[in-house]
Order: sequence, then C-alpha cells, then structure tokens
Amino acid sequence: MDEKDQLEGHEKDRRQFLGRLGKALAGGAAAMAAGAVLPQATAATGEAAQATPPAIPDYDWTKHRWAFGVDATKCIGCLRCVEACKIENDVPHNAHQFRTWVERYVYLEGEEHARIDSQQDPVNIAASGSEEHFRFADRYRDAKVEKAFFVPKLCNQCTHPACVQVCPVGATYKTEDGVILIDHDYCIGCRYCVQACPYGARLFNEEKGVSDKCTWCYHRITKGLQPACVEVCPVGARIFGDLDDKQSEISEFIRENRVHVLRPETGNAPNVFYVGIDKEVL
Amino acid sequence: MEPLSKFAPYTGWVYPNETVFEWSVLIAVYPYLTGLVAGAFTVSSLYQVFGFQRLKPVAHLALLTSLSFMIFVPSPLLLHLGHPERAFNATLTPHWSSAMAMFGYFASFYVLLLVVETWFAYRPYVVEQAQRRQDLLGRFYRVLTLGSYDLSDHAMSYDRKWLFALAIVGIPGAHGLHGYVGFMYGSLKSREWWSSDLMPVIFLFSAIISGVALLVVLYVASCKLRKSPVDVPCVKGLAYTIWGFIMIAITLEALEFASLVYKGREGIDMIMEYVTGRLLIPYFVLQFAVGAITPFFILSYMIWRGTTGRTLVAGVTLSACLVLFSVFMMRWNVVIGGQEISKTGKGLLFYQPLVLGKEGLVVAVLLTLAPVVVLLGLTRLFPPWVEAATSSPSAGEAQ
Repeated sequence: MDEKDQLEGHEKDRRQFLGRLGKALAGGAAAMAAGAVLPQATAATGEAAQATPPAIPDYDWTKHRWAFGVDATKCIGCLRCVEACKIENDVPHNAHQFRTWVERYVYLEGEEHARIDSQQDPVNIAASGSEEHFRFADRYRDAKVEKAFFVPKLCNQCTHPACVQVCPVGATYKTEDGVILIDHDYCIGCRYCVQACPYGARLFNEEKGVSDKCTWCYHRITKGLQPACVEVCPVGARIFGDLDDKQSEISEFIRENRVHVLRPETGNAPNVFYVGIDKEVL
Repeated sequence: MEPLSKFAPYTGWVYPNETVFEWSVLIAVYPYLTGLVAGAFTVSSLYQVFGFQRLKPVAHLALLTSLSFMIFVPSPLLLHLGHPERAFNATLTPHWSSAMAMFGYFASFYVLLLVVETWFAYRPYVVEQAQRRQDLLGRFYRVLTLGSYDLSDHAMSYDRKWLFALAIVGIPGAHGLHGYVGFMYGSLKSREWWSSDLMPVIFLFSAIISGVALLVVLYVASCKLRKSPVDVPCVKGLAYTIWGFIMIAITLEALEFASLVYKGREGIDMIMEYVTGRLLIPYFVLQFAVGAITPFFILSYMIWRGTTGRTLVAGVTLSACLVLFSVFMMRWNVVIGGQEISKTGKGLLFYQPLVLGKEGLVVAVLLTLAPVVVLLGLTRLFPPWVEAATSSPSAGEAQ
C-alpha cells in the first residue's frame, strides 16, 4: 500500500468513525428526547422493564397483578391498620408521617363542607395521649352530625406514577406485578417524589435520609401473605389480591361494585379502588 | 442527626405527611442563585454577541459574577440531600424522565463554558501578567496561559471569534439552565400553585432582571470601593435592560396569576384565601408592589425625565436592590408558598424556618453571600476593569 492509499484509508476510517459517532449521538439524543418528552410512555412501559426482579424464592413477579380495594362503608376508624403498618414497616415513630392513614369526614347540620381530620390531628393525638397509638377523639359528641364516614388512605401504586417519573436516579420504580418500590440504597434523598405525589402518600425518613412509602407490604405479599393493614382490619374494609386471579377477593370486589379511584384527572391511574367515598374525598 | 423540628402547624385539612416541610429555604436559594447566574450572563452576552458597547465596563465583571455564583449553585442542593454522597448518581445513572436528572449535565456544561469563555476573555491579561511577574503568582498566570503567549492581531481575532461563539452557545446554556429550574416546578401536577406552563418563562425573565440588578449593585459598589468614577452610560444601559425585562416579567407573573384565578380549578378557594391572607404581604406587597412595580416606576420616571449623573446612579442602584429583593421573594413564594398550600386544596400549612442547622436561615444567607466573597477574590486575580481584556467582535472590528 503506497502513502496515498494509506492516507485515503485513514481518511475512510475517520469518515466511518465520524459517521458512527454521528449516528450514536443522534440515537442517544433521540433516546434522551424520547425519555424527556414522553415521560408517561416511559413510566407506563419502560420502568418495569428496567427493574430487576427481586430475589424472592418461589416468586415470579410476572405472574401477579396486585390491586387494593377500600370499602369505606365498612371502616370504623379504629386505626389498627395505621398502628400495624407503623410496626410492620418501621415507619418513623412520630405522629406526622404515615404509610397509611385514615381520614374522618363529618358533615354537621347546616354546614356545606365536611370537617375532615386524620389521626395526626393534634386533638386526636391529645385524645390518644401517645404518638405511637392512635385514636379518633370524640370531638363531635355534642354536635348534630348529618353524615359521617371514614376513608382509609395509602399509596395508590399508580399505573403512571408521578413519583417514578420525577426520580432523578431511578431509585423508585414500578415492579412487573404493579407495586412502586424504593431502593433505599440508591435514593439520594432529594424528595422530588414527595412533592410530585398528588396523594401525599410519600414521606421522608429523616433518620435514613431516604424517601419512603407504602409498598402494600411487598415483603409479605410476595410470600403469599396479606398486607399488615389488611390482616388486622377487623371489619374487612381493606381488600387485597391479584387481578390475574378472577376468583380473588379483589377481582370480585371490583367486579361487583361501582368503584372509584382518587383524583383520576391527574392521569396517574391509581390502583386503589374505593367504594363508598363522597364528593369531598380527594 | 438534627432534631425533627419541621412539623408545620396548619389550618383546615392537609394530608398527614404534608405536615413535614420537605423543601426548605435552601430550595428557594437554589433557583435564586441559578437566576443570578443566568441574568449576569445575559449582560455579558448583550456585550459580546449583541454589541451593546455601553455595557463594556461590566462585561467581564458579568462573566466573573456568573462564574462565582455558578460555583455555589449545587451547594444548597447538596446540603439538602438525604444522601449527598450519592448526588453523582443523578449524572452517572440518570433517570431520563426526571427533570432533576438533567441538572448535572446542564450545570457541568455551563460551568465548563463559563471557564473557557473567561479564559478567552482574560487571555491578554493573563499573558501580560505571566510575562511581567516573576513571583508565585507569575507562575500561576504562566500555567493559565496553557503555553499560548500569542497576542498578535491574528490570534486576537481568533480569540474574538471563540468568545462570540461561546457567548452564543452560552445564551441557551444559561437560560436553559434556569428555564429548566422553572420546569421542575411547573411540570408537577400535584400542586395548583406550581403547575403552570408559564413557570419556566417566568423563572427565566425574573432571572434576567435579578442578574442585571446584581451587576448594577456590584458595579456601583466596586466603583465606590476603588474610588473610581461610575460610568453613567453603562449604568443607564443596565437600567434600560432591567426596565425592558421587568415589564415582561411583571406581565408574565400577572398573566399567570390571572389565568390561575380565571380557570378557578379545584383548590382555588384555598389559594385565594392564602394570597389575600398570609401571602398578601410577601406576594402582593413585597414581591410585586415594593420589588417590581416600584423599581419599574422609578426607572420609567428617570428614563422619561432623562435623569443622569449621580441621581441616575442612585436611582438605578436603589431599583436594582429592590429587584434583587423581589426576585428572592418570588423564589420564596413559589417554593415555600407552594408547600404552604396543601395538596388537598382544603388547608394551609405554616413554614417555620430553622435559624441554625444545615438547612437554616443562617446557612441560606451565607450561601447567598459566599459567591460575592469568591467574586472579590476573582477580581483580584482577574481585574474585570482592565482595558487589556479582549473586547467584543464588534468592538474589535471598529478598532
């Protein structure tokens, strides 16, 4: 090969290299643009595919589709679910942060809007006398109550979760079986997810420096157990199960009732299905 | 571990987890700093790219200011993170759908651009110092020359082309950096107060006025300190810049508020109760009336009357201080205000800032002032008022 050929060869190599580099950059840019511009598509399809299945013996996360039901007409506001959750999941021991909570709606005679409180309300904390055990104070004893009910709340494990969309490191992700988890070893503690959740379902664990939330007791459900809150509910107001099993309690609950989800307008597509909630419940 | 003292009192109905304020005053300081960076860079670009010759006395000060403040931009975020040691995960393994993941790239790119642009701008000065000084500082400048001592007309014209190109790239760079900060809030659908398409643009224009205002204050203060006369046409040029951009900034903010009220979606009753109650003073009085409308009228009056000399300098400096205050209030009202309105739309929370602690008010003030100290040091090494510095391409052609 003479010098001219060699130079042409180098020139050709360089052109090929630049061509490949160009394609790679264009591809990368397109992928970035797709990721940034179509976050919902990413949230809907990409997240689960990216996540690594948990190493749980005898559990295949592609064979389940978990869902949660709340029958608010049954809830008696005993708050055993809240206490069980705190213990089961080591939720910060204070009266401000919860993975699950119960809201009380009370319509008094002559009032247009419901009075709403939850177990963290100072009056209720004073009534329980403890920040570890919860109860609703009998604050409406002397009032004329027109209508009153309780609404248990928890993470909605949304199909298009805003929290997953905003996490800068992908520490929070959607599993194949439909639960949003947080990798506490990877979370940087920026709390963007806490801000993004329209349901106020996320909290920040100051001690661990990471975000936290309800996982429907993923460590239990993957072993065939029920979430702690479901297990302790004395009236069956909380229903949990697998949508892929048509005979499951949750499938039946959704089939036999006219169910609602919270804040459907957000586009988050929640997976906690409610029966017996009212117009003021958000 | 710091004590958990962030539990916020509230009225009405708020979600239990909301009673812990997650984004502190530092998260208000963060967009304030990036805004000052973008705004100061705008001034530098007005000179370098758009040939505003009357801004020449502050062009290099603008670059140094932008650089000094940019160095501190990540610090409020790092202080806020639960695991700052994992901060680089956002850049190393970014989650592309997150607005926040882009920060590392935007910021790194922009810092690099600023450093390179500053190097080109100061090359003549660095070369001159490297050749003249024999002390330790001389060695520092010799390293900074990167072996290039060529100051011929040909080399300088090459430098000017680079400066021009960098300044052009810097415009979307600086404004992209700040527009993205606005997007971080505007794109969240969880809060009506934040969820607005106008948010990035509002952040951008408020950034520009804050950066220009900062330069006015820094330039006038530096003249006083150096006992040198203030270049009145330059101050007037800066005044025109603030005046022009503040009109857009006020209009955009007003439009956003009007659209929020007019749409009247769920939660608007609580927002109205908030802005006419607790937010009345921080929002309408401090941010708008005192910080934006007042300087607008002062500047309008001076431009209309053709005020000049010391009165002009005093008036513009006063307006600039008000603008700086207003833009900080805007950041506060967005970041803190947004969290004070409950996601339920049925309750209000009350942020009680810590004074001490890593996310306290003292740290917030120190972080805002620290860039000025760095700037003071940088101006000693790279005096922005020397004539030896590279001029803009248009100035170069004129010579």
